[in-house]
Parts: sequence; structure tokens; C-alpha cells
Amino acid sequence: MKISEQWLREWVNPALSLDEINHKLTMAGCEVEGVAGVATDFSQVIVGQIIELTKHPDADKLNVCKVDSGQGEILQIVCGAPNARAGLKAPLALIGAELPMPDGKPLKIKKGKLRGIESCGMLCSASELGMAEKSEGLLELPEDAPLGASVQAYLKLADKVVELNVTANRGDWLSIAGVAREVGVLTRTHLTPPTTPEQANHHTDTLKVSLPAADSCPRYAGRIIRNINPNAKTPLWMKEKLRRLGSRSLSPVVDVTNYVLLELGQPMHAFDLDKLHGGIQARYATEGEQLVLLDDQTVTLTSDTLVIADDEQAVALAGIKGGMATAVGQTTQHIFLESAHFRAEKLRGQARRYGLQTDASYRFERGVAADLPVQALERATQLIVEICGGSVGPVVDVCADEHLLARPVVILRRERIARVLGVTIEDATVEDILERLGCELVAQATGWSVKPPHSRFDITIEEDLIEELARVYGYDNIPAALKARAPKLTLGLETETQLSDLRAPLLANGYQEAVTYSFVDPTIEGLLSPGHESIVLANPISAELSHLRSTVWSGLLRAVEYNLNRQQTRVRLFEVGPVFSKTETGLQQQDKIAGIMTGAAFPEQWGQANRAVDFYDMKGDVEAILAQASAETFYFVPVAHPALHPGQSAQIATDQAVVGWVGALHPALEAKLGFGQDIFLFELDLKALQGRRLPVYQAISKFPMIRRDLALVMDRSVLAIALDQAIAKVAPPSLISWEIFDVYRGKGIAEHQKSVALSLILQEPSRTLEDSEVTKIIGEIMASLQENTGASLR
Amino acid sequence: MQSLLELMGTAHEQISSASNLASLDQIRVQYLGKTGLITEQLKQLGQLPPEERKAVGQEINLAKQALASAIDLRRDSLQAEALTMRLEAESVDVTLPGRRMDTGGLHPVTLTIQRMQAIFAQLGFALAEGPQIEDDFHNFTALNVPANHPARAMQDTFYLENFGTEEPLLLRTHTSSVQIRYMEAQQPPIRIIAPGRVYRCDSDMTHSPMFHQVEGLMVDKDITFADLKGILDEFFRAFFEDDGIKMRFRASFFPFTEPSAETDITCVHCHGAGCRVCKNTGWLEVMGCGMVHPNVLKHVGIDSEQYTGFAFGMGVERLAMLRYQINDLRVLFENDVRFLRQFH
Repeated sequence: MKISEQWLREWVNPALSLDEINHKLTMAGCEVEGVAGVATDFSQVIVGQIIELTKHPDADKLNVCKVDSGQGEILQIVCGAPNARAGLKAPLALIGAELPMPDGKPLKIKKGKLRGIESCGMLCSASELGMAEKSEGLLELPEDAPLGASVQAYLKLADKVVELNVTANRGDWLSIAGVAREVGVLTRTHLTPPTTPEQANHHTDTLKVSLPAADSCPRYAGRIIRNINPNAKTPLWMKEKLRRLGSRSLSPVVDVTNYVLLELGQPMHAFDLDKLHGGIQARYATEGEQLVLLDDQTVTLTSDTLVIADDEQAVALAGIKGGMATAVGQTTQHIFLESAHFRAEKLRGQARRYGLQTDASYRFERGVAADLPVQALERATQLIVEICGGSVGPVVDVCADEHLLARPVVILRRERIARVLGVTIEDATVEDILERLGCELVAQATGWSVKPPHSRFDITIEEDLIEELARVYGYDNIPAALKARAPKLTLGLETETQLSDLRAPLLANGYQEAVTYSFVDPTIEGLLSPGHESIVLANPISAELSHLRSTVWSGLLRAVEYNLNRQQTRVRLFEVGPVFSKTETGLQQQDKIAGIMTGAAFPEQWGQANRAVDFYDMKGDVEAILAQASAETFYFVPVAHPALHPGQSAQIATDQAVVGWVGALHPALEAKLGFGQDIFLFELDLKALQGRRLPVYQAISKFPMIRRDLALVMDRSVLAIALDQAIAKVAPPSLISWEIFDVYRGKGIAEHQKSVALSLILQEPSRTLEDSEVTKIIGEIMASLQENTGASLR
Repeated sequence: MQSLLELMGTAHEQISSASNLASLDQIRVQYLGKTGLITEQLKQLGQLPPEERKAVGQEINLAKQALASAIDLRRDSLQAEALTMRLEAESVDVTLPGRRMDTGGLHPVTLTIQRMQAIFAQLGFALAEGPQIEDDFHNFTALNVPANHPARAMQDTFYLENFGTEEPLLLRTHTSSVQIRYMEAQQPPIRIIAPGRVYRCDSDMTHSPMFHQVEGLMVDKDITFADLKGILDEFFRAFFEDDGIKMRFRASFFPFTEPSAETDITCVHCHGAGCRVCKNTGWLEVMGCGMVHPNVLKHVGIDSEQYTGFAFGMGVERLAMLRYQINDLRVLFENDVRFLRQFH
């Protein structure tokens, strides 16, 4: 919403600078987003008049003009404007004038020659003065513009346009009158609106108006004006006011309706009376009914859309846009002016359904006061008669009172004000503020009963009034209170693994935390989760961001790609975030912790031989995370995953569920995604990592530990977990730990075999183990290994 | 046989020229060992006339002691020398970097959420969560935003393609939906914050289709607008670690709060003097807040006569950018490691 300072000050003129007014508006919730001039800051441009015009002898498109500067001098100016003609008054930039151009540099007007003819100044277009983005030809000034006068003074260009961010609840601010009311309240200044006396009637013709859809259109006012002058022109002052608020001048009648919309906030419409057939109805469309709108667009209507119709057809999309068939045109002499009231909640969403948003629909959807139609009608009539003449008919004002939104009576309790705001406001102040806002008050024992003004659809409950009080009283005047409150422990349980515990090992191992979008490219999603039924956005930003991810890997792979493309060859990233999937019970969100690594195992350094990362680097990092969730035992099971290398992928499982995956990116995907180096990935279900074991102290044995090493050979296919299981099967309590400390394949070992070295640590809590006992235990372990895995001593 | 004097002379010479512990030990054996030259002399005492024995014996013993202490001395000095040499040989360039695995770091968004969480934890706010795929009721209707209301246009919503559910599903446009989820399950007193991802169908230099918010909610029997001001005031000074940070409330509109306020703080770059960051106003808009609207309490079955509350929603990216002087929103989601490494 734009307002002009000059126009505003016609309505309310506090003794404050524009900056001060703007600050008050902003603090009261009518946020000022910007202030701009209404023309560039040019100099030495005056009203000039072309008194003679001849063709340039050497240029088709140029004319040589004799221009009266009104300062006793006739200037010769070469001009290419198509509308240059003898008698025309236009802005004249004198020699020495400076016109700031869009690039910021001023155009300096000098005496010069154009195709050999001397030119002493420049006649200006609107765009050359910063009054339009684009313009064709000279800015035409009225015949009565005083010759030689400063254009700035004549056009009152010392104005400012203020851009306001009007919140959705304040439809009443969408007009000069509305903002003026607010400024009046905030600065305690009386309003000085233009006076609009009731317009005298010259004839008695009216149209019959009926309201069969009174629930949507409870009030409709209109009047016939006959014999307007079709050749009348919109006066410059009105054109300027419209321009400054961003409204284009079209024709006097349309300009007046736009003017009243901007001034009072009441959208209006003018019909060509000769094109209407019979009376006016505000009714719902019949299903499939068609209407050609002013912009020549044909809309097919549904039965819940309100239209304005004559006896034959729909003639306007009510409160949104007029129809082509009954539009006011260049030859229109008789008009029917409409000024109606539509219920906001009924009109909401209608314009949007037809791909429209108009100044009218924008206002009606936010609410236009029900008492405004006749006032607006009188104002528009006054202006039309002033500009186009015409013979005015009586106002027809049909109103279905029972369908008007009743003005609520809101009870405001004194005690509740303090209860909500935390500050006590004096009764006199409360009354003063509410009355300034236009509320009608009745004092009661505990407070007041309040009837808000018509325009305030947003005031229906006590809190609405309290907000108004706070706003006008000033949020700044409400103190900040930090009360002492009962402390509340927010600490998590010691047995709950915190997110920071899971992140910690990754940070120690050189991972940077990434944040990637939850929606991804369906191509990568399809590669990583083939067969997964995607959840798709109905209105994505782009196709690349259209599918909800089923794995965090999609984002992490893109992030690695981004870094590799920027010479960062060693990348470790992790992300904590949601993935989405469809299940039988609906859509499911699961939170994951996922990581990716590629490049060298260590940062480049002198003291450490480097190598590329491999599966076990990633697995070690995963194990470090799992160690934080010590309440659970996790297994790595060799299972293939469509996105992972079948020989280097493991499913991570607990006794109850699959909780994650770790592995190398499948070489086929690596190639498809254009990676030139191995990529390793993991993803874990956060929910599975929530528990920690509460430590329970165990006494430490004072007796010596005994270590025995076993060098074994076995088939290559034997898994480490099989060895573990074989040992666990027969392990006595005195076997306190064991570890694989070497795995070897190659020279000295048969092709299909491998050698594995195991260390076994034995210890008794209360005595020293006998050599013979140890030998017996080792013998049993060896036997179990042999039986269950086929391993033999090397 | 050599005279004792000559013997001692030679021995001292040998000791002082011994270049290492091994040759020194040889010398000890040569003179003081079981068959050493001094030991031999003692053995020969018996051949002397008895009256001479005592004197000569004393002489030899003195010589023996002298030699032993000379050897000890020499040993000490040789040991010291050897240690010096070892130390020298073992010395390293301590200015070379240590053997290392580089350390990773948290994303600035996480850092910011963690700081916010920590500050609010001290004020007694516990953590809450809610789903990111939401229904219309929790994201809008229960928050006092009816269908078709112009307020919905304030937030461009991502909808999901229909799955045959009755209500359209959407990606939550704000963490305010967590307020509803939490209050549906919990009667007051309530003191929570809820951080998380939110989504809006908007993408340009200053808007990301996904960003983070931290929602705050406090409902009790005595919560006022003044308390909201007090808590936020405290928060901003703690967050920016600057007691000079001032906060102001500007009237605004959110359907789910009333009164509603936009919150501005003193520009953290220019301290209010006016700069590019605050567009010369001296103030930065950082979040929206207000008193929980009675209709919202009604939707979740909390008696608004008995209870009042406040709610706020902070943009995490906004605060992270201010705190770490990041001037481009997009770098937060590019995940360039050169950017991420700057935060640890």
C-alpha cells in the first residue's frame, strides 16, 4: 500500500515531520517499508509552450520548435517527440538544467546542434523527469499551466510516497482515509477530510437492484449519471495523485472510481448504462456460466462465485473485476455507478481461484466497512460531475441488514488488561484511546462494553481491544519484567544419549556438519532408493527440489560433489535431519544421522604416511557413534544395498531392528554421478541411538593377566563374526577379552585361505590362573574354532 | 715390578683418557679387579718384612681408594657426556606440526540452536519436537488461521501431492505447529522451546525454501506481555554477549498471538549508529512474538480465563548470520567445507 505525503496531509496534518509520522506508524504496526520521491531532483525545468513547429530539413523524425519560455524569450528547440505540436505546453529544460538519469548521472542541458540546427534547451517527457518508467512523447501540461513557472512547484513534486506494509488484519488501512485515521489517533490530530455534500439529483431514473445472494452481498448502492462528456479529460492533479500511488490513468470515470478506492478504500465499478439490460442482481453464478472480463479473459464460473448480473447475464465478477460487455468506453455517455458491500469471508479465495488479484478483491478480502458504499458513491459522483458534468440520479441503496456482519459488543475488563499486558493503564487513558479509535464505550463496574467502528473487522474479542490499547499506549511504555520463577530442571537423563554425544565422535574424526535440503532431485532419489515410493511436493520450487528425500545421502552426495568441484578432494561431512517415507499407516518422518567420506585418510602432513580412506575408516567412525548408544548391541551384517558396493556394505542391526547402513558407494552409481574417487557412506536411525548404559562398577582383579596368541589359517570366506561366535560359545568367565590383531593373505598362505592372528586375554578375579587351566581353555577354544569355522593352527 | 708411584701415574693417565664407559671398566678391572695390578700388589705384601707391611699396605690401600674414586669421577663425567650426546641426537624440530587427524565442526545453524537452547534451558525451558509433515489443522486452523484467510498468503506453503488423506498435508511453515502438538498433550504450566526445520515456497537471495526456527512457548497462570519482554530482553543480551543490546517491540499481526509484536534489537554491527546491515535505522528485525491468542488455547482445550501465555518464533539463520557476520544466506546451505571449517 502506497500513500502520498501531500494527500495524507490533506486529510490529517499533525505538526510533525514525515519521518516522525512514519516512526509512529511503524511502531503502531503499520510498518513503513520505504520512502521515495515522486520525480527526480531536476533543476531549471519550467512550463514552456510550443508556438510554432516546422519540420527539420535534414531529419524525418525531428521538428524545429519555437518555444515560449514565458521569460520574454522565444527559444529554438529541436525535438523528436511525436506529440510535439503548436500550442502544446510541456516541461522545458533550460540551458544549464540538470536532469538526473536512471544511472545516477545528471544530463546537463547545453546549447547544441542537432543535424545542423541549433537547439537551446530540451522539451521533456515524463520519464526524463523521473515521473514514469517509460513514456512516449512530451509530458503534456494543461492549457492553463502558467508559462515560465517552475514545473516542480506547478506539479507539487515536493511530495513523498510512503510504502506501507499493511498486515492482513488491517484492511481498514488500505486507503488514505484509513491511514489518516491512524495518524490522527497516534498524534491526537483532528481529521480534515474533503467535504462531500449529498449530490443533488437531476432526474429520478434508477435501476432495480435485488440481492438474491444477500449472505455474500448484503448491501448494494448505485446511481445513474446521464449525459457525461465523453471527451472530458482527467485533470492533471488527479492523474498525479493516481500516478504517485501506482495507479494508471485510463479514462475520467474509471480514474474517479480508482481515486475513490485509494482515498476511501471502497472499491467501485462503473457500467455503461446503455449496455446493461434491465435491473441489477448480486447473485451466485450458474455452474459453467461464462464471463468475459475487462482484460478480455474469459472465465468459466462455478456456482459458489458471486457475480453482478443484469437481467440477461453476468456483467461483473463481484468485488473482483468488471466485465467487458458493459465496460465504460470512449463513447459512453450514461453510466451506472456501483458501490457495494461484500462479506470478506465469502469473497476470500475467489479471486485467486480465477488466477486474479485486483485492488478491489485485495480490499474486499480484508474487509471494507459496511457503512462506506453511499459515502463513496457521493464522493465519486461529486468528482465525476466536476470533471465530466452529467445529470445525477438518486441513490439506490438496497441493504439486507440481517446479513450484515453485526458490530460486536465486546466486554473489556479492567483486571484483564493488567493480566495480559503486565501493566496497569489508567481508566481515563483506556477510554481516551478507545474513543480516539472510534469505539463507542459504555462504562461498567468491572470495565467497559465496547462497540468498535464499522471498519474494524479485526476487533471481536477482549484481547483485540487489549492489543489496541497496547499499540496506542505504546509497546515501549510496557516494562520488561523478569520475574523470579521456580527453577525447572531441563537436564536430560544420564541414560539418554544426547544428540551432542553422537556428534562428538564425528567432530573428533574430522567431519564437518552439513545442512542440506529435505527435498531433492528425483533422479538422485531414484538412484539411491530404487523402488521407493516417493513423496512429492505439489508446488515445488523446481523439479530439482520436488521430492522429499528418503535418505540423507542424496544431499550429502551433492555436497561432496560441490566440494570436489572446488578442489576440495578430502571431504568428510555429516548431517542430522529427517527422511520421509510412505508406510501403511501414512507418511513417516524418521530422523537420521548420516555421514560421507572421501579422499585421503589423513590431512596432508609430514609425520604420517597417507592413503585413501577405505571401508574400515568409515566403519570405525560408525562404531565410535554406536559406542555412545551403549544400551544396545549392534551387529554389522553383510547385506547388499542398491546404492552400495555389494562387497563393501553392511546392514547395521540390533536384536530388534535394522537401524542403518554403512558402505562404499556402488561403483555404478559412482560413475553415474560422475565421481572420480571412492565415496563411503553411513546412515543411522537416530531413534535407535537414544539409550546409554548406566555404568555399574566392577572390582578390578589384582591377579596377573595371561595372554595367549593363536595363529590360525582358514577359508577366506570365514567372517570375523563367526570367529567371535565360535569363541563366545565356549568362553569361560576368565576369558576377559580377545582381539584379532592381524589378517594376512598372500605368500605362504594358500590362495583360498587367509591367516588370522588372535590374542586372548585371561584373568581370574580372585586368584592366579594355573598354566594347566589356561592350556585347557585355549584347547577348548581352538576346538570350537575348528569345529565351527574350519580354522586350524598355522 | 713397577713401583706403586709409576703404576698410579699410568693408571690416572689411562683413566682420564678413557673415552667411554666400557674402556673405563676395563681399566678398573686392570687395576682393581681380582687379578688387577693393585690387587696383585696387595697380594705381594706378604713377601715384605713384617715391619714394612703395615706402611706399604696403607700406601697401597690409599692408592686403591684414589684410583676407585678417580674411576667413579670419570664414570660420572662419561655418563653425563653420553647423556648430552643422546639428548642432542634425540632432539626434534618442535615447530613442525604434530601428527594429527583434523577436527570437524558444527554447522553455524546448529551452533546457534545450541546456544539458544542453553540460554533458554537456564530460564527453565525444556525441549520439544514436532513433525515436519503437518496437516492443515496443526499448521493453520488450530493457530487461528482459517482457510482462505489472507494471513495464509503471508506464508507460501509447500503442499504434498494428495495421498487420499482427507486433509491436505503440507510441510510445516513454522515451528508454531509444535505449540499445538505440545499443548494437545500437556496442560500448563508449560515452558518449552522447539527448534527445527521449516519450509516456505520462496527462494531468492534472502529467502531459502528451507530454514530453521526456534519456537518458544510459556503458559501459566501469571504470564504477561511484560514477561515476554523481560525474557526476550534477557535472551538477546545473553545471546550476543552484550549488555548494550536493546530490544524494542513493534506492533504487528500474527493470527496466533495477540497482542503481537515484531522484535527489533540494536544493530549488532553499528550498535545503533546506523549502517548498511540495519539500513541506517539502527535496528534489526529479528523475530515475531506475542501473547498466545485465546482461540489457540481454545483449540487445545486450555482455559484462557485461567491461563495466559506467550509464544515467539526466532529465525535461526537470521541470528546465526548476525552473530557470525555472514552476509549471504545461501552459503549456509552450500556446505562448502571452506565455509564450514570457519566455525570451530
